[in-house]
Amino acid sequence: MTRSTFNHRLLPWVLLAPQLAVTAVFFLWPAGQAFWQSFLRQDPFGLKTTFVGLGNYAALLADPYYRSALWVTAEFSVATAALSLGTGLILALALERTLRMQRWYTTLLVWPYAVAPAISGVLWWFLFNPSIGILPWLLKGLGYHWDHGLKSGDAMVLVVIAASWKQVSYNFLFFVAGLSAIPASLYEAAAIDSAGPVRRFFTITLPLLAPTGFFLVVVNLVYTMFDTFAVIDATTKGGPGQSTTILVYKVYQDGFVGLNLGSSAAQSVILMGIVVLLTVIQFRVVERKVEY
Amino acid sequence: MKLTFTAAVAAIFAAGAASAATEITWWHAMGGELGTKLEQIVAAYNASQTEYHVTPVYKGSYAETMTAAIAAFRAGQQPDIVQVFEVGTGTMMAAKGAVYPVYQLMKDAGEPFDPKAFLPAVVGYYTDTDGNMLSMPFNSSTPILYYNKDVFKKAGLDPEAPPKTWAELAADSKKIIDSGAAKCGFTSGWISWVQTENFSAWHNQPIGTLQNGFGGLATELEFGKDAPLVKHWADLAEWQKSGIFQYGGPGGGNDAPPKFYSQECAIYMNSSASLAGVVANAKDFTVGYGMMPYDDSVKGAPQNSIIGGATLWVLQGKSAAEYKGVANFFTYLSSPAVQADWHQFSGYLPITQAAYDLGKSQGYYDKHPGTDVGIKEITLNPPTENSKGLRFGNYVQIRDVIDQEFQALLAGSETAQEALDKVDTRGNQLLRDFESANK
Repeated sequence: MTRSTFNHRLLPWVLLAPQLAVTAVFFLWPAGQAFWQSFLRQDPFGLKTTFVGLGNYAALLADPYYRSALWVTAEFSVATAALSLGTGLILALALERTLRMQRWYTTLLVWPYAVAPAISGVLWWFLFNPSIGILPWLLKGLGYHWDHGLKSGDAMVLVVIAASWKQVSYNFLFFVAGLSAIPASLYEAAAIDSAGPVRRFFTITLPLLAPTGFFLVVVNLVYTMFDTFAVIDATTKGGPGQSTTILVYKVYQDGFVGLNLGSSAAQSVILMGIVVLLTVIQFRVVERKVEY
Repeated sequence: MKLTFTAAVAAIFAAGAASAATEITWWHAMGGELGTKLEQIVAAYNASQTEYHVTPVYKGSYAETMTAAIAAFRAGQQPDIVQVFEVGTGTMMAAKGAVYPVYQLMKDAGEPFDPKAFLPAVVGYYTDTDGNMLSMPFNSSTPILYYNKDVFKKAGLDPEAPPKTWAELAADSKKIIDSGAAKCGFTSGWISWVQTENFSAWHNQPIGTLQNGFGGLATELEFGKDAPLVKHWADLAEWQKSGIFQYGGPGGGNDAPPKFYSQECAIYMNSSASLAGVVANAKDFTVGYGMMPYDDSVKGAPQNSIIGGATLWVLQGKSAAEYKGVANFFTYLSSPAVQADWHQFSGYLPITQAAYDLGKSQGYYDKHPGTDVGIKEITLNPPTENSKGLRFGNYVQIRDVIDQEFQALLAGSETAQEALDKVDTRGNQLLRDFESANK
């Protein structure tokens, strides 16, 4: 008996070629260009180019505004991930206890995910607008003067809420799926052993949801770091001062508005490093260590 | 038989030549009604002759248009003409291999061109140190003061007398607030352009070394050394606390116009090109116009105001035939009829003396009071080194820095002196970056 295999050495490569070509053209080539650009200093038109080695990186690390952007990004992504994960989980748990119209609730709660980030940004900008928005008006009644144009704390709250809103839908959906995968018999057994709802949540629901939760943490961090450009641009434009300028927004500010391509390229390379790091953590640590 | 054939071929060629007018592209940043007007102007040019055909393309905001043109230049896909805002001037001027200076273009194309026909305050901004015009002025404006006459009357002030000095403005504002005629005295668009750069020019103070950057790339900012400006910023912060002044936001100050339109603020300072918007939105009250206030303790004030807006730059890398067309189109654009029409429609300044004179002879300024305040401001005195404009590289970012430091001032985390000193240190960093990239 002979095993039938593909003898042709070329065939696997031919089959892989389209995917490799896409990766090369849309990822490797531009990434390589950014990498090379990050060692250069160029005028906007590209007429004069000087090789500066690690000069762009050194300038970035010495720049207090870049370091502050790192902090802002950390603050922003942790707050956004916490808010959207927490809200998503609470909604998913609430849905489980709802007896009627579960499907309706699910559909309605998933809707915001279809809203483009820029549009969600504009919506929240309207709601929080100091002169015409309804929320500052309500807050005034409570004795708080809302002004995200001048108060950096208010601005951070605004971008966190605007960025979390649509992500809640995404997290909610995953938590619903995760919850429905937990066998009901576990809860029943625990109930017979006289464990109350709180105890059941901490000993059964939470550990069994952990894999979903960790996956979502990484996805949410990546989302807040790279996908929230439109939200920031539509609400605060990185201000006041630079209190909501996250790394991605700074890449845009310096590269597209300021036309400082070398520095902007160096910043993208650093960002690329952060994504790689997050991905490695997800694969190595999360997928192995989360046990239950 | 042969003759008819030749005739037919000749006819085909002639037809081909007629339909194949030289194509010229123009990237611009005029949206909305201004964009429609611009397209009408171009359409009239295209209909007036058959040799050239100009296609205007709207590319978004000023910053987007400039970025798009630069990216296109790097890819070899640049338009013939691009509209660049005044703060991009430093960047364009430094790009010697990328731009085709207008004075050179007009000379090479043999078009009649007299730089002296243009208003000096307008072209001064766009000429090099040898007095050569590098770009073609198109839409220039200058800040003016708009005020609500009804509120002035209600507060017991003379509705025909807008405040002349900052001290008067503060006193009037106080009266307005105390009498309950309005909640706030004044608001302003463009803190950077109106309350900073123009404030310094109006008081004949330098904001940078080497003639505000006209003298070379080694220039350094010195906003913090401009004592009247420091005092003005401190006043603004003080007035913001007492309600006399309300901040309209960074950049153009999007929140400022609604405050004036809704009669929350009695006075509003912004570009003369905001006129059309003011007229369209101020339905429930009468608008008055005035010159920008000045600080009467500063000797020589008021000097003259400086312009904002945009000019048209010609990019390198096109054929001689196209450049001939561009030159011809520029002659048309700066003709008195076209200029007067554009100026009267938009509130932008007439860029030539002839266009201004045409408006006068039409009686336009008598029929529309306030439309010539801007012209009077920029022509108030012959421009000095401190009031012919500014020329700094990376100025788009420096404007952002000004906004950020002004916000820090209003939030109370910095004094006016600290804020303006920080504008200098942060701005000088950007200037040095620009210098080393363009060496």
